[in-house]
Amino acid sequence: MEMKENKHDEPIVPYNQYVWVWLGLLTLTGFTVWVARMHLGNLSILGALGIASVKTGLVVTYFMNLRHEIRLFRYMLLVAVLTLFTIIGMTFTDILFR
Amino acid sequence: MTEATVGMHDDSVGSRLGMWLFLFTEMLLFGGLFLLYSVYRAKNPEAFHEGASHLNVLIGSLNTIVLLTSSLTAACSITAIRRRNTAGGVILLMGTILLALVFLIDKYFEWGEEFRQGIYPGSSHMAELPQGERIFFSLYYTMTGLHGLHVVVGMMVFGFVMDRVLRGRVNARKYIWLDNGALYWHLVDVIWIFLFPLLYLIT
Repeated sequence: MEMKENKHDEPIVPYNQYVWVWLGLLTLTGFTVWVARMHLGNLSILGALGIASVKTGLVVTYFMNLRHEIRLFRYMLLVAVLTLFTIIGMTFTDILFR
Repeated sequence: MTEATVGMHDDSVGSRLGMWLFLFTEMLLFGGLFLLYSVYRAKNPEAFHEGASHLNVLIGSLNTIVLLTSSLTAACSITAIRRRNTAGGVILLMGTILLALVFLIDKYFEWGEEFRQGIYPGSSHMAELPQGERIFFSLYYTMTGLHGLHVVVGMMVFGFVMDRVLRGRVNARKYIWLDNGALYWHLVDVIWIFLFPLLYLIT
């Protein structure tokens, strides 16, 4: 059976780049625990979601290598995320104003 | 990224595209649970705060570090394999599986302690809790449970990929199985990145 071959011009990501991203993720994890201890009320949920989004951005861009993929991947991700946001947003317009 | 250099039997981009599509369905699966969580939290803010205060932030933080590190080893294994360092790649994959196991062992102790306190679905202690807290713990077990199941599947995927590496089926030229296995693992990581603050840290 013919095996699918990966494209040979796909750049090999050096280890140290992954390590830097990992260090950034650990720092942000410490930051999110610190922010939670400040007891900022409603702001804390926004802070937690904001930091989680930045961490996700790092994982998706570097670990999942989105920046080296063709543009279609980015459009697809955008559609998927917008779909989720639409579902959550529309549900909340119902919950909050019922 | 020029299309001209794409080889005859080369469809690794298509394979990864398929994987991403699958990951979107996973995102919507957990997205539904996050939606439930958000709505019930908006309706029971105090109960959710009280429920979250029973969770062990230390174990939660530790598991976050474990999972982030496992994503690092998974990502590095691709670099190792592509640099023809098969032994290094196998060690990194074994490290990833080991870290996944550590995550589950932590979960075992964490859930065990909560079970001892009578916090588990259907317990008499749970029945006495206010409705909001019952909802919080039900969502907690459902979401971390489903996530834990994904960790188990991830371990199996990496075991399978490691076997292919050892038999030379995954190598510096053909590594799509490794690519897609790692993509799946990073998604499991991303889901935990949201679960951790929402379940353990909300105040």
